[in-house]
Amino acid sequence: MLNPDAHLHEKLFTDELPKAATRDGFGKGAVEAGTADARVVVLCADLKESTRAEEFEKAFPERFVELGVAEQNMAAVAAGMALAGKIPFIASYAVFSPGRNYEQIRTTIALNEVPVKICGMHAGVSVGPDGATHQMLEDIGMMRMLPGMTVIAPGDAEEARKAVVAAARLEKPVYLRFGRSATSAFTTEETPFAVGKALALWNSDAPKAALLSTGSLSYEALLAVHALEKEGVETLVLHVPTIKPLDTEAILDAAQRAGRVITVEEHQAMGGFGSAVAEFLAEHHPVPVRRLGIRDQFGQSGAPEQLLEHYGLDASAIVNAVKHLIGGL
Amino acid sequence: MFEKAAVPRATLYDMALTDEQVRALEKHAEAIRETVIQMLVAAESGHTAGPLGMADIFTAFYFHILAHDPKKPDSEERDRLILSNGHICPVRYAAMAHAGYFPVEECLTLRKFGSRLQGHPERLRLPGLETTSGPLGEGLSQASGIAYAFRMDGKKQHVYCLMSDGEQEEGNVWEAAMFAGKYKLSNLTAVMDRNNIQIDGMTEDVMPLEPVAEKYRAFNWHVLEVDGHNIAAFIAAVEEAKAIYEKPTLVIAHTIPGKGVSEIESDYRWHGKPPSKEEAKRFLKDIRTMSGKVPHEYA
Repeated sequence: MLNPDAHLHEKLFTDELPKAATRDGFGKGAVEAGTADARVVVLCADLKESTRAEEFEKAFPERFVELGVAEQNMAAVAAGMALAGKIPFIASYAVFSPGRNYEQIRTTIALNEVPVKICGMHAGVSVGPDGATHQMLEDIGMMRMLPGMTVIAPGDAEEARKAVVAAARLEKPVYLRFGRSATSAFTTEETPFAVGKALALWNSDAPKAALLSTGSLSYEALLAVHALEKEGVETLVLHVPTIKPLDTEAILDAAQRAGRVITVEEHQAMGGFGSAVAEFLAEHHPVPVRRLGIRDQFGQSGAPEQLLEHYGLDASAIVNAVKHLIGGL
Repeated sequence: MFEKAAVPRATLYDMALTDEQVRALEKHAEAIRETVIQMLVAAESGHTAGPLGMADIFTAFYFHILAHDPKKPDSEERDRLILSNGHICPVRYAAMAHAGYFPVEECLTLRKFGSRLQGHPERLRLPGLETTSGPLGEGLSQASGIAYAFRMDGKKQHVYCLMSDGEQEEGNVWEAAMFAGKYKLSNLTAVMDRNNIQIDGMTEDVMPLEPVAEKYRAFNWHVLEVDGHNIAAFIAAVEEAKAIYEKPTLVIAHTIPGKGVSEIESDYRWHGKPPSKEEAKRFLKDIRTMSGKVPHEYA
């Protein structure tokens, strides 16, 4: 059953559930953070419309910095601005930032421990028609390996807004991951969010599997357990927007209760969220784990839904994975 | 070599410093060079040519140019000196120690386990370093970010960025040069250590940089060229840079790698290795006697 404390959208399993892109949440959150704190600045590399950084520019033109198509410079300029007391958000596509400017991020932001917020847009295959070059699938792995880096993949636009506001308050480096396409807005203003905290979306008395998901695929996980419930299969869904630091308490509890874990992410299965969960469980509570993600390949052009289906990341693929895991034991 | 200036260059030097001040600065530079040699010998690894070549410029910064207080390294009012090519940090450490940031003896901990003097500088380990650097091409971006933020806040402190010449091969440098040119960051002065060497050989053989002054001018910078071992001339150039209000300024400082030790001067093979104990004895004698030109009590 749905966790009432999650205050999910009342139209959750209907066609009337609204959709919005998590990048829209970035635009709103940045304006909110900028209103709350005059130190907040937003830097953009020639993508202000599609990153929604222009929302911030409209509200605070004097605190918006256009750097042109130069992501390496953007990261290091942001580090400099942070050294001078600012709280910079840098917005570009994730393939370019952190994809292209990883070493600048490593040295001038992470090792330097300055509070720059790296906002990677258009992550995952759901970028769609742009194809493999623009579908970032390695960013979670890259960023979670950096010492001291907080990594957040919000589940929907509203949670993205909250995550941006929360990131601005953290006096340290943060990586935030956003998607291009409009996805189901399953949370509400009342839904709790805190950096480092997982959120139970769905519980049952005797779960046979725990679904741990991050990013917008948490809604696919919800659709999957809703379908499974009708077949009498009890499960639980733990939405894990903060991949680092991992909410190990909640993950341990879910693994102990269900005895089997399935992770879901729009990222390489190697090195990402599922790996983080598997690493933790292997050391602390070994249980069977199945990681749903992209299996050592690049994406391709297509409609977002087509691509999620092709790569086995939609609700029906999750249902199959749960049945396989339960049946195989 | 110099750009035309309204005031004759000689007059500018005269205005900048007395002969006595120049001699005092040269003594500091000599002491810094000695410390650099001693710390490299103790470390048994590190870079020799660049730090010796930049000793006069670091002297100019820490003993004349910078608004700073060694006892208050985090003072809001300080100028910012960003070292982009972090590998020449021994000379920064030596200059900071001689300026009073920390005891000179601590220089001998360079590159040792637990030392604040890391092989490449880390801001969080030693107060006063301003940033963490080593990977090339990133300092000018950071200095530009600081200068941009200072201008937003109406702060008057000046931002300096020291770069190497070989470093100019990094694309990131030109992204930063475009940025600083676009935003006319006149509170930013970059200094390029034009010593013509890099790890694999002479810069013009590895990847030609010339005409580097014209390149920066094309990126909307004001460019000056100066003898990087003439401390008075260097200080005058920086003063001129600060007087330019429309653009960021690049001071191309022509230096001799390994300066002060005649047997290694201009030899690119000394970019990335330290002297042995025996070599250090000769090097120190060379520095103390100005290559045998003057007597010295310890030489």
